[in-house]
Amino acid sequence: MAGALLEVSDLSKRFGGFVALDGIDLAVAQGERVGLIGPNGSGKSTLVNCISGTLTNETGTVRFAGEAIDGLLTHERTRRGLARSFQLPRPFATLTVADNLRVPLLYTVNARPGSALSAAEIDARCTELLRLVALADKAARLPRDLTQVEMRKLELARAMAAEPKLLIADESMAGLSQSEVDDIVSLLIRLNERGITIILIEHIMRAVMSFSQRLVVLVSGKKIADGKPDQVIRDPEVERAYLGQ
Amino acid sequence: MRTSVFLLISIAAAAVVFLAARVVNNDYIFFAGYTVLQFVVLATAWNILGGYTGYVNFGSAAFFAMGAYTTVFFYKLYPLPIPLLIVIGGVVSGIVGLGMGYLTLRLRGAFFAIATLALAVVLQTLVVNWDYVGGSRGAYIIRPNEMAPIGPYIQYLFLLMLALVVIALTVARGIERSQLGYGFATIRDDELAAEASGVPTLRLKLIATTVSGALMGMAGAPFPYYIGYLQPSSAFGLEYAVNSIAMPMIGGTTSWVGPLIGALLLGSLQQIATVTISSAVNLLIVGLLLVGFVIIAPNGIVGLVQERVRGRAK
Repeated sequence: MAGALLEVSDLSKRFGGFVALDGIDLAVAQGERVGLIGPNGSGKSTLVNCISGTLTNETGTVRFAGEAIDGLLTHERTRRGLARSFQLPRPFATLTVADNLRVPLLYTVNARPGSALSAAEIDARCTELLRLVALADKAARLPRDLTQVEMRKLELARAMAAEPKLLIADESMAGLSQSEVDDIVSLLIRLNERGITIILIEHIMRAVMSFSQRLVVLVSGKKIADGKPDQVIRDPEVERAYLGQ
Repeated sequence: MRTSVFLLISIAAAAVVFLAARVVNNDYIFFAGYTVLQFVVLATAWNILGGYTGYVNFGSAAFFAMGAYTTVFFYKLYPLPIPLLIVIGGVVSGIVGLGMGYLTLRLRGAFFAIATLALAVVLQTLVVNWDYVGGSRGAYIIRPNEMAPIGPYIQYLFLLMLALVVIALTVARGIERSQLGYGFATIRDDELAAEASGVPTLRLKLIATTVSGALMGMAGAPFPYYIGYLQPSSAFGLEYAVNSIAMPMIGGTTSWVGPLIGALLLGSLQQIATVTISSAVNLLIVGLLLVGFVIIAPNGIVGLVQERVRGRAK
Protein backbone atom coordinates (compact mmCIF):
# COMPACT_ATOMS: atom_id res chain seq x y z
CA MET A 1 0.00 0.00 0.00
CA ALA A 2 1.62 3.23 -1.15
CA GLY A 3 2.09 5.81 1.61
CA ALA A 4 0.83 3.48 4.34
CA LEU A 5 1.24 4.65 7.94
CA LEU A 6 2.15 1.14 9.12
CA GLU A 7 3.76 -1.45 6.90
CA VAL A 8 4.55 -4.91 8.21
CA SER A 9 6.43 -7.11 5.73
CA ASP A 10 7.13 -10.81 6.01
CA LEU A 11 7.13 -10.68 9.81
CA SER A 12 7.84 -13.91 11.68
CA LYS A 13 8.17 -14.78 15.35
CA ARG A 14 8.93 -18.10 17.02
CA PHE A 15 8.81 -19.18 20.64
CA GLY A 16 11.15 -22.17 20.65
CA GLY A 17 9.60 -24.61 18.21
CA PHE A 18 6.23 -22.83 18.11
CA VAL A 19 5.69 -20.52 15.15
CA ALA A 20 3.60 -17.65 16.51
CA LEU A 21 3.75 -15.49 13.38
CA ASP A 22 4.60 -16.75 9.94
CA GLY A 23 5.42 -14.22 7.22
CA ILE A 24 2.79 -11.61 8.08
CA ASP A 25 2.24 -8.74 5.62
CA LEU A 26 0.01 -5.91 6.73
CA ALA A 27 -0.37 -2.32 5.62
CA VAL A 28 -2.56 0.23 7.35
CA ALA A 29 -3.32 3.60 5.78
CA GLN A 30 -3.51 6.90 7.66
CA GLY A 31 -6.95 7.36 9.25
CA GLU A 32 -8.08 3.76 8.74
CA ARG A 33 -10.08 1.69 11.26
CA VAL A 34 -8.83 -1.86 11.01
CA GLY A 35 -10.20 -4.83 12.91
CA LEU A 36 -7.79 -7.68 13.62
CA ILE A 37 -9.45 -10.94 14.57
CA GLY A 38 -8.52 -14.56 15.00
CA PRO A 39 -9.06 -17.46 17.38
CA ASN A 40 -7.09 -17.66 20.66
CA GLY A 41 -3.43 -18.37 19.96
CA SER A 42 -3.64 -17.10 16.38
CA GLY A 43 -0.85 -14.56 17.01
CA LYS A 44 -2.80 -11.30 17.34
CA SER A 45 -1.15 -10.15 20.57
CA THR A 46 2.24 -11.38 19.39
CA LEU A 47 1.82 -9.23 16.27
CA VAL A 48 0.94 -6.23 18.44
CA ASN A 49 3.95 -6.92 20.65
CA CYS A 50 6.26 -7.09 17.64
CA ILE A 51 4.84 -3.89 16.17
CA SER A 52 5.06 -2.01 19.47
CA GLY A 53 8.55 -3.30 20.28
CA THR A 54 7.73 -5.43 23.32
CA LEU A 55 8.90 -8.49 21.36
CA THR A 56 11.60 -8.68 18.71
CA ASN A 57 10.63 -10.21 15.38
CA GLU A 58 13.03 -12.75 13.90
CA THR A 59 12.42 -11.92 10.26
CA GLY A 60 10.65 -9.19 8.37
CA THR A 61 10.42 -5.46 8.89
CA VAL A 62 8.08 -3.00 10.52
CA ARG A 63 7.91 0.45 8.97
CA PHE A 64 6.04 3.28 10.59
CA ALA A 65 5.43 6.63 8.89
CA GLY A 66 8.01 5.66 6.26
CA GLU A 67 10.73 4.73 8.78
CA ALA A 68 12.00 1.24 9.66
CA ILE A 69 11.45 0.90 13.41
CA ASP A 70 12.64 -2.67 13.99
CA GLY A 71 15.69 -1.61 16.00
CA LEU A 72 13.82 0.85 18.20
CA LEU A 73 12.85 0.30 21.82
CA THR A 74 9.18 0.44 22.80
CA HIS A 75 9.36 3.97 24.23
CA GLU A 76 11.07 5.22 21.07
CA ARG A 77 8.23 3.79 18.96
CA THR A 78 5.68 5.42 21.27
CA ARG A 79 7.44 8.76 20.84
CA ARG A 80 7.19 8.37 17.06
CA GLY A 81 3.42 8.06 17.39
CA LEU A 82 2.74 4.34 17.80
CA ALA A 83 0.71 3.74 20.95
CA ARG A 84 -0.98 0.65 22.29
CA SER A 85 -3.33 -0.34 25.04
CA PHE A 86 -3.04 -3.68 26.81
CA GLN A 87 -5.38 -6.65 26.78
CA LEU A 88 -5.47 -6.61 30.59
CA PRO A 89 -5.40 -3.00 31.83
CA ARG A 90 -1.99 -2.14 33.27
CA PRO A 91 -2.52 1.16 35.10
CA PHE A 92 0.22 2.73 37.21
CA ALA A 93 -1.26 1.59 40.49
CA THR A 94 0.33 4.15 42.81
CA LEU A 95 -0.42 7.15 40.56
CA THR A 96 -3.78 8.87 40.45
CA VAL A 97 -5.96 8.57 37.35
CA ALA A 98 -4.85 12.06 36.21
CA ASP A 99 -1.18 11.25 36.84
CA ASN A 100 -1.55 8.09 34.75
CA LEU A 101 -2.25 10.39 31.80
CA ARG A 102 0.43 12.89 32.82
CA VAL A 103 3.17 10.27 32.26
CA PRO A 104 2.79 9.94 28.45
CA LEU A 105 2.35 13.69 28.14
CA LEU A 106 5.64 14.26 29.99
CA TYR A 107 7.62 11.46 28.42
CA THR A 108 6.19 11.22 24.93
CA VAL A 109 4.59 14.50 23.85
CA ASN A 110 7.18 16.67 25.60
CA ALA A 111 10.02 14.51 24.26
CA ARG A 112 9.07 15.29 20.66
CA PRO A 113 11.12 17.97 18.91
CA GLY A 114 9.57 21.42 19.26
CA SER A 115 7.09 20.35 21.90
CA ALA A 116 7.42 21.73 25.43
CA LEU A 117 4.11 21.68 27.23
CA SER A 118 3.92 23.76 30.37
CA ALA A 119 2.52 22.26 33.60
CA ALA A 120 -0.75 24.15 33.00
CA GLU A 121 -1.01 22.82 29.42
CA ILE A 122 -0.38 19.28 30.65
CA ASP A 123 -3.11 19.71 33.29
CA ALA A 124 -5.50 21.01 30.62
CA ARG A 125 -4.81 18.05 28.31
CA CYS A 126 -5.29 15.58 31.16
CA THR A 127 -8.64 17.18 31.99
CA GLU A 128 -9.71 17.14 28.33
CA LEU A 129 -8.83 13.47 27.94
CA LEU A 130 -10.54 12.54 31.19
CA ARG A 131 -13.68 14.32 29.98
CA LEU A 132 -13.48 12.49 26.66
CA VAL A 133 -13.50 9.13 28.45
CA ALA A 134 -15.96 10.28 31.15
CA LEU A 135 -13.47 9.92 34.00
CA ALA A 136 -13.14 13.58 34.96
CA ASP A 137 -14.75 13.02 38.35
CA LYS A 138 -12.23 10.24 39.11
CA ALA A 139 -9.12 12.29 38.33
CA ALA A 140 -7.77 12.23 41.89
CA ARG A 141 -8.64 8.57 42.54
CA LEU A 142 -6.27 5.64 42.34
CA PRO A 143 -6.87 3.09 39.57
CA ARG A 144 -7.96 0.46 42.13
CA ASP A 145 -11.07 2.61 42.80
CA LEU A 146 -12.21 2.27 39.18
CA THR A 147 -14.68 -0.23 37.76
CA GLN A 148 -13.63 -2.64 35.01
CA VAL A 149 -15.00 -0.46 32.21
CA GLU A 150 -13.45 2.67 33.75
CA MET A 151 -10.12 0.87 33.95
CA ARG A 152 -10.34 0.06 30.23
CA LYS A 153 -11.20 3.66 29.47
CA LEU A 154 -8.18 4.77 31.49
CA GLU A 155 -6.04 2.34 29.50
CA LEU A 156 -7.27 3.86 26.23
CA ALA A 157 -6.97 7.42 27.55
CA ARG A 158 -3.38 6.79 28.59
CA ALA A 159 -2.53 5.50 25.12
CA MET A 160 -4.31 8.55 23.68
CA ALA A 161 -2.37 10.91 25.93
CA ALA A 162 0.74 10.02 23.94
CA GLU A 163 -1.01 11.75 21.02
CA PRO A 164 -0.40 8.84 18.67
CA LYS A 165 -0.78 8.62 14.93
CA LEU A 166 -1.67 4.96 15.34
CA LEU A 167 -3.44 3.37 18.29
CA ILE A 168 -3.51 -0.39 18.71
CA ALA A 169 -6.31 -1.37 21.08
CA ASP A 170 -5.71 -4.93 22.23
CA GLU A 171 -8.99 -6.52 23.39
CA SER A 172 -10.25 -3.38 25.06
CA MET A 173 -13.73 -4.81 25.58
CA ALA A 174 -13.13 -8.25 27.06
CA GLY A 175 -15.45 -8.93 29.98
CA LEU A 176 -17.62 -5.88 29.45
CA SER A 177 -21.41 -5.76 29.22
CA GLN A 178 -23.16 -4.97 25.93
CA SER A 179 -23.75 -1.30 26.82
CA GLU A 180 -20.14 -0.95 28.01
CA VAL A 181 -18.92 -2.45 24.72
CA ASP A 182 -21.03 0.11 22.82
CA ASP A 183 -19.53 2.80 25.02
CA ILE A 184 -15.95 1.78 24.13
CA VAL A 185 -16.76 1.37 20.40
CA SER A 186 -18.23 4.87 20.21
CA LEU A 187 -15.19 6.18 22.10
CA LEU A 188 -12.84 4.53 19.58
CA ILE A 189 -14.83 5.94 16.66
CA ARG A 190 -14.65 9.42 18.22
CA LEU A 191 -10.88 9.03 18.54
CA ASN A 192 -10.66 7.92 14.90
CA GLU A 193 -12.65 10.97 13.86
CA ARG A 194 -9.89 13.05 15.42
CA GLY A 195 -7.56 11.62 12.77
CA ILE A 196 -6.07 8.70 14.68
CA THR A 197 -5.57 5.45 12.84
CA ILE A 198 -6.83 2.55 14.94
CA ILE A 199 -6.22 -1.18 14.86
CA LEU A 200 -8.77 -2.96 17.03
CA ILE A 201 -8.03 -6.48 18.20
CA GLU A 202 -11.20 -8.01 19.51
CA HIS A 203 -13.19 -11.21 19.92
CA ILE A 204 -16.58 -9.49 20.22
CA MET A 205 -17.68 -9.65 16.59
CA ARG A 206 -20.55 -7.19 17.00
CA ALA A 207 -18.02 -4.58 18.15
CA VAL A 208 -15.52 -5.45 15.42
CA MET A 209 -18.16 -5.26 12.69
CA SER A 210 -19.55 -1.93 13.84
CA PHE A 211 -16.08 -0.43 14.24
CA SER A 212 -13.97 -1.74 11.36
CA GLN A 213 -13.67 -0.38 7.84
CA ARG A 214 -11.37 -3.28 7.05
CA LEU A 215 -10.96 -6.68 8.64
CA VAL A 216 -7.80 -8.77 8.89
CA VAL A 217 -7.95 -12.39 10.05
CA LEU A 218 -5.06 -14.33 11.58
CA VAL A 219 -5.11 -18.07 12.08
CA SER A 220 -2.14 -20.06 13.45
CA GLY A 221 0.23 -17.15 12.87
CA LYS A 222 -0.80 -16.63 9.24
CA LYS A 223 -2.96 -13.97 7.63
CA ILE A 224 -5.83 -15.75 5.94
CA ALA A 225 -8.06 -12.82 4.98
CA ASP A 226 -7.87 -9.07 4.55
CA GLY A 227 -10.70 -6.96 3.14
CA LYS A 228 -14.10 -5.42 3.71
CA PRO A 229 -15.66 -6.81 6.91
CA ASP A 230 -18.90 -8.14 5.32
CA GLN A 231 -16.89 -9.95 2.64
CA VAL A 232 -14.25 -11.30 5.02
CA ILE A 233 -16.74 -12.90 7.42
CA ARG A 234 -18.32 -14.77 4.51
CA ASP A 235 -14.93 -16.07 3.38
CA PRO A 236 -15.10 -19.90 3.59
CA GLU A 237 -11.61 -20.11 5.11
CA VAL A 238 -12.59 -17.63 7.85
CA GLU A 239 -15.81 -19.54 8.54
CA ARG A 240 -13.80 -22.74 8.80
CA ALA A 241 -11.36 -21.15 11.25
CA TYR A 242 -14.11 -19.82 13.45
CA LEU A 243 -16.84 -22.43 13.16
CA GLY A 244 -14.87 -25.52 12.21
CA GLN A 245 -15.45 -27.77 9.21
CA MET B 1 6.52 23.99 48.01
CA ARG B 2 9.39 24.79 45.69
CA THR B 3 12.61 22.82 46.11
CA SER B 4 14.56 25.98 46.99
CA VAL B 5 12.10 26.76 49.80
CA PHE B 6 12.31 23.17 51.02
CA LEU B 7 16.10 23.43 51.02
CA LEU B 8 16.02 26.62 53.09
CA ILE B 9 13.60 25.09 55.60
CA SER B 10 15.78 21.95 55.82
CA ILE B 11 18.90 24.06 56.45
CA ALA B 12 17.04 25.98 59.16
CA ALA B 13 15.83 22.72 60.75
CA ALA B 14 19.38 21.29 60.60
CA ALA B 15 20.73 24.47 62.25
CA VAL B 16 18.16 24.11 65.04
CA VAL B 17 19.10 20.45 65.57
CA PHE B 18 22.81 21.32 65.70
CA LEU B 19 22.30 24.20 68.13
CA ALA B 20 20.01 22.10 70.33
CA ALA B 21 22.66 19.35 70.45
CA ARG B 22 25.28 21.94 71.43
CA VAL B 23 23.03 23.27 74.21
CA VAL B 24 22.86 19.74 75.66
CA ASN B 25 26.67 19.71 75.33
CA ASN B 26 27.13 15.96 75.71
CA ASP B 27 29.50 14.20 73.31
CA TYR B 28 27.34 11.09 73.34
CA ILE B 29 24.50 13.04 71.69
CA PHE B 30 26.82 13.79 68.79
CA PHE B 31 28.15 10.22 68.56
CA ALA B 32 24.70 8.66 68.65
CA GLY B 33 23.18 11.42 66.52
CA TYR B 34 25.83 10.92 63.84
CA THR B 35 24.84 7.28 63.47
CA VAL B 36 21.12 8.09 63.28
CA LEU B 37 21.75 10.82 60.67
CA GLN B 38 23.99 8.46 58.69
CA PHE B 39 21.08 6.03 58.51
CA VAL B 40 18.75 8.81 57.38
CA VAL B 41 21.08 9.40 54.40
CA LEU B 42 21.46 5.67 53.69
CA ALA B 43 17.73 4.98 53.96
CA THR B 44 16.90 7.97 51.74
CA ALA B 45 19.51 6.87 49.20
CA TRP B 46 18.24 3.27 49.20
CA ASN B 47 14.70 4.52 48.72
CA ILE B 48 15.58 6.38 45.52
CA LEU B 49 16.24 3.03 43.86
CA GLY B 50 14.33 0.57 46.05
CA GLY B 51 11.31 2.70 46.91
CA TYR B 52 10.83 4.92 43.88
CA THR B 53 11.66 2.38 41.16
CA GLY B 54 10.97 -0.81 43.13
CA TYR B 55 14.42 -2.34 42.51
CA VAL B 56 15.53 -3.83 45.83
CA ASN B 57 19.21 -3.27 46.51
CA PHE B 58 20.82 -5.64 49.03
CA GLY B 59 24.25 -4.13 48.40
CA SER B 60 23.91 -0.82 50.27
CA ALA B 61 26.90 -1.73 52.43
CA ALA B 62 29.10 -1.95 49.32
CA PHE B 63 28.28 1.62 48.25
CA PHE B 64 28.72 2.88 51.80
CA ALA B 65 32.05 1.04 52.05
CA MET B 66 33.23 2.45 48.70
CA GLY B 67 32.79 5.94 50.14
CA ALA B 68 34.58 4.95 53.35
CA TYR B 69 37.48 3.28 51.55
CA THR B 70 37.85 6.22 49.18
CA THR B 71 38.55 8.27 52.30
CA VAL B 72 41.07 5.70 53.57
CA PHE B 73 42.78 5.68 50.16
CA PHE B 74 43.19 9.45 50.10
CA TYR B 75 44.12 9.53 53.78
CA LYS B 76 47.13 7.40 52.87
CA LEU B 77 47.85 9.07 49.56
CA TYR B 78 47.24 12.72 50.30
CA PRO B 79 44.84 13.71 53.10
CA LEU B 80 42.05 15.94 51.86
CA PRO B 81 39.35 17.89 53.70
CA ILE B 82 36.33 15.71 54.51
CA PRO B 83 33.83 17.77 52.43
CA LEU B 84 36.02 17.10 49.39
CA LEU B 85 36.28 13.42 50.33
CA ILE B 86 32.48 13.30 50.52
CA VAL B 87 32.28 14.58 46.94
CA ILE B 88 34.93 12.11 45.73
CA GLY B 89 33.29 9.24 47.66
CA GLY B 90 29.98 10.18 46.03
CA VAL B 91 31.56 10.14 42.57
CA VAL B 92 33.26 6.76 43.16
CA SER B 93 30.10 5.13 44.52
CA GLY B 94 28.02 6.81 41.82
CA ILE B 95 30.25 5.22 39.19
CA VAL B 96 29.96 1.85 40.95
CA GLY B 97 26.17 2.38 40.95
CA LEU B 98 26.21 3.19 37.24
CA GLY B 99 28.30 0.07 36.58
CA MET B 100 25.93 -2.05 38.63
CA GLY B 101 23.03 -0.55 36.70
CA TYR B 102 24.62 -1.46 33.36
CA LEU B 103 25.41 -5.00 34.47
CA THR B 104 21.92 -5.61 35.82
CA LEU B 105 19.81 -3.72 33.26
CA ARG B 106 17.86 -6.78 32.23
CA LEU B 107 17.45 -8.22 35.73
CA ARG B 108 14.30 -7.74 37.74
CA GLY B 109 12.90 -8.73 41.11
CA ALA B 110 14.82 -11.33 43.09
CA PHE B 111 17.48 -11.64 40.37
CA PHE B 112 18.36 -7.95 40.65
CA ALA B 113 18.46 -8.18 44.46
CA ILE B 114 20.78 -11.20 44.33
CA ALA B 115 23.06 -9.41 41.85
CA THR B 116 23.43 -6.45 44.23
CA LEU B 117 24.27 -8.83 47.05
CA ALA B 118 26.90 -10.44 44.82
CA LEU B 119 28.34 -7.02 44.06
CA ALA B 120 28.83 -6.40 47.79
CA VAL B 121 30.62 -9.74 48.18
CA VAL B 122 32.88 -9.05 45.18
CA LEU B 123 33.81 -5.56 46.40
CA GLN B 124 34.43 -6.77 49.95
CA THR B 125 36.74 -9.48 48.60
CA LEU B 126 38.66 -6.85 46.60
CA VAL B 127 39.07 -4.61 49.64
CA VAL B 128 40.11 -7.51 51.88
CA ASN B 129 42.90 -8.25 49.40
CA TRP B 130 43.97 -4.65 48.84
CA ASP B 131 46.85 -4.01 51.24
CA TYR B 132 47.15 -0.30 50.47
CA VAL B 133 43.83 0.42 52.24
CA GLY B 134 44.61 -1.99 55.08
CA GLY B 135 43.34 -5.25 53.59
CA SER B 136 41.80 -7.62 56.11
CA ARG B 137 43.83 -5.98 58.95
CA GLY B 138 41.98 -2.72 58.59
CA ALA B 139 43.28 0.85 58.60
CA TYR B 140 43.68 3.46 61.31
CA ILE B 141 42.59 7.03 60.74
CA ILE B 142 43.90 9.53 63.24
CA ARG B 143 41.40 12.30 63.53
CA PRO B 144 42.17 15.70 65.06
CA ASN B 145 40.61 16.52 68.42
CA GLU B 146 39.27 19.88 67.36
CA MET B 147 37.96 21.53 64.23
CA ALA B 148 38.07 25.31 64.37
CA PRO B 149 35.75 27.18 64.73
CA ILE B 150 33.20 24.40 65.49
CA GLY B 151 34.98 22.74 68.40
CA PRO B 152 35.26 19.00 69.14
CA TYR B 153 35.80 16.97 65.95
CA ILE B 154 32.73 14.81 66.56
CA GLN B 155 30.61 17.97 66.40
CA TYR B 156 32.17 18.75 63.03
CA LEU B 157 31.37 15.24 61.77
CA PHE B 158 27.83 15.56 63.12
CA LEU B 159 27.44 18.86 61.28
CA LEU B 160 28.72 17.30 58.05
CA MET B 161 26.24 14.44 58.38
CA LEU B 162 23.44 16.96 59.01
CA ALA B 163 24.44 18.69 55.79
CA LEU B 164 24.32 15.34 53.98
CA VAL B 165 20.85 14.70 55.39
CA VAL B 166 19.71 18.05 53.98
CA ILE B 167 21.24 17.20 50.58
CA ALA B 168 19.80 13.67 50.51
CA LEU B 169 16.28 14.77 51.51
CA THR B 170 16.30 17.66 49.03
CA VAL B 171 17.46 15.39 46.22
CA ALA B 172 14.87 12.71 47.11
CA ARG B 173 12.03 15.19 47.40
CA GLY B 174 13.14 16.97 44.21
CA ILE B 175 13.10 13.67 42.31
CA GLU B 176 9.74 12.69 43.74
CA ARG B 177 8.03 15.83 42.46
CA SER B 178 9.74 15.96 39.09
CA GLN B 179 9.26 14.24 35.76
CA LEU B 180 11.95 11.80 36.93
CA GLY B 181 9.78 10.92 39.94
CA TYR B 182 6.83 10.07 37.70
CA GLY B 183 9.13 7.96 35.55
CA PHE B 184 10.52 6.10 38.56
CA ALA B 185 6.97 5.45 39.86
CA THR B 186 5.92 3.96 36.51
CA ILE B 187 8.92 1.60 36.59
CA ARG B 188 7.87 0.49 40.07
CA ASP B 189 4.23 0.01 39.05
CA ASP B 190 4.58 -1.59 35.60
CA GLU B 191 7.71 -1.45 33.51
CA LEU B 192 6.04 -2.68 30.32
CA ALA B 193 3.29 -0.08 30.54
CA ALA B 194 5.93 2.54 31.37
CA GLU B 195 7.81 1.78 28.14
CA ALA B 196 4.54 1.86 26.21
CA SER B 197 3.89 5.32 27.69
CA GLY B 198 7.22 6.59 26.38
CA VAL B 199 9.26 6.23 29.58
CA PRO B 200 12.91 5.32 28.80
CA THR B 201 13.03 2.77 31.59
CA LEU B 202 16.62 1.60 31.06
CA ARG B 203 18.01 5.14 31.21
CA LEU B 204 15.94 5.97 34.28
CA LYS B 205 17.13 2.85 36.07
CA LEU B 206 20.72 3.91 35.43
CA ILE B 207 19.98 7.35 36.87
CA ALA B 208 18.42 5.74 39.95
CA THR B 209 21.33 3.35 40.58
CA THR B 210 23.84 6.18 40.11
CA VAL B 211 22.12 8.74 42.37
CA SER B 212 21.34 6.15 45.02
CA GLY B 213 24.90 4.79 44.97
CA ALA B 214 26.43 8.27 45.06
CA LEU B 215 24.43 9.29 48.15
CA MET B 216 25.38 6.07 49.93
CA GLY B 217 29.04 6.69 49.12
CA MET B 218 28.73 10.25 50.45
CA ALA B 219 27.32 8.84 53.70
CA GLY B 220 30.29 6.48 53.96
CA ALA B 221 33.05 9.01 53.24
CA PRO B 222 33.26 10.58 56.75
CA PHE B 223 32.84 7.18 58.44
CA PRO B 224 36.58 6.36 58.85
CA TYR B 225 37.03 9.64 60.72
CA TYR B 226 34.06 8.76 62.92
CA ILE B 227 35.11 5.22 63.74
CA GLY B 228 38.90 5.81 63.79
CA TYR B 229 39.70 2.25 62.68
CA LEU B 230 38.11 0.87 59.54
CA GLN B 231 38.09 -2.81 58.68
CA PRO B 232 36.15 -4.57 55.90
CA SER B 233 33.75 -6.24 58.31
CA SER B 234 32.68 -2.89 59.78
CA ALA B 235 32.45 -1.01 56.46
CA PHE B 236 30.60 -3.86 54.71
CA GLY B 237 28.58 -4.66 57.87
CA LEU B 238 25.26 -6.46 57.58
CA GLU B 239 23.57 -3.73 59.62
CA TYR B 240 24.01 -1.22 56.76
CA ALA B 241 22.32 -3.47 54.21
CA VAL B 242 19.53 -4.48 56.61
CA ASN B 243 18.87 -1.01 58.05
CA SER B 244 18.93 0.65 54.62
CA ILE B 245 16.08 -1.63 53.57
CA ALA B 246 14.17 -1.85 56.86
CA MET B 247 14.07 1.88 57.61
CA PRO B 248 12.29 2.93 54.38
CA MET B 249 10.02 -0.13 54.58
CA ILE B 250 8.94 0.81 58.09
CA GLY B 251 8.63 4.52 57.31
CA GLY B 252 7.08 4.07 53.86
CA THR B 253 8.78 3.81 50.48
CA THR B 254 6.66 6.02 48.22
CA SER B 255 7.68 9.33 49.78
CA TRP B 256 10.89 11.03 50.97
CA VAL B 257 9.29 11.33 54.43
CA GLY B 258 9.13 7.55 54.90
CA PRO B 259 12.89 6.84 55.08
CA LEU B 260 13.33 9.89 57.32
CA ILE B 261 10.70 8.67 59.80
CA GLY B 262 11.91 5.06 59.62
CA ALA B 263 15.57 6.00 60.14
CA LEU B 264 14.82 8.38 63.01
CA LEU B 265 12.57 5.80 64.67
CA LEU B 266 14.73 2.71 64.18
CA GLY B 267 18.06 4.54 64.51
CA SER B 268 17.03 6.14 67.81
CA LEU B 269 15.64 2.84 69.13
CA GLN B 270 18.91 1.12 68.25
CA GLN B 271 20.96 3.78 70.00
CA ILE B 272 18.78 3.54 73.12
CA ALA B 273 19.05 -0.26 73.04
CA THR B 274 22.83 -0.01 72.66
CA VAL B 275 23.24 1.92 75.92
CA THR B 276 20.45 0.24 77.87
CA ILE B 277 20.65 -3.40 76.75
CA SER B 278 23.34 -4.25 74.20
CA SER B 279 24.28 -3.33 70.64
CA ALA B 280 23.72 -7.00 69.83
CA VAL B 281 19.93 -6.49 69.98
CA ASN B 282 20.01 -3.84 67.22
CA LEU B 283 19.24 -6.22 64.38
CA LEU B 284 16.71 -8.05 66.55
CA ILE B 285 14.79 -4.77 66.94
CA VAL B 286 14.92 -4.22 63.19
CA GLY B 287 13.70 -7.75 62.51
CA LEU B 288 10.82 -7.58 64.97
CA LEU B 289 9.67 -4.17 63.79
CA LEU B 290 9.93 -5.21 60.14
CA VAL B 291 7.81 -8.32 60.71
CA GLY B 292 5.29 -6.24 62.63
CA PHE B 293 5.03 -3.59 59.96
CA VAL B 294 4.81 -6.07 57.10
CA ILE B 295 1.74 -7.53 58.84
CA ILE B 296 0.10 -4.35 60.17
CA ALA B 297 1.22 -1.67 57.71
CA PRO B 298 2.84 -3.12 54.57
CA ASN B 299 3.12 0.37 53.10
CA GLY B 300 4.88 1.73 56.18
CA ILE B 301 3.91 4.54 58.50
CA VAL B 302 3.41 7.03 55.66
CA GLY B 303 1.28 4.51 53.77
CA LEU B 304 -0.83 3.93 56.88
CA VAL B 305 -1.47 7.67 57.28
CA GLN B 306 -2.23 8.08 53.56
CA GLU B 307 -4.75 5.22 53.72
CA ARG B 308 -6.51 6.85 56.69
CA VAL B 309 -6.62 10.24 54.93
CA ARG B 310 -7.90 8.65 51.71
CA GLY B 311 -10.49 6.67 53.66
CA ARG B 312 -11.84 9.85 55.23
CA ALA B 313 -11.90 11.67 51.88
CA LYS B 314 -14.13 9.01 50.25
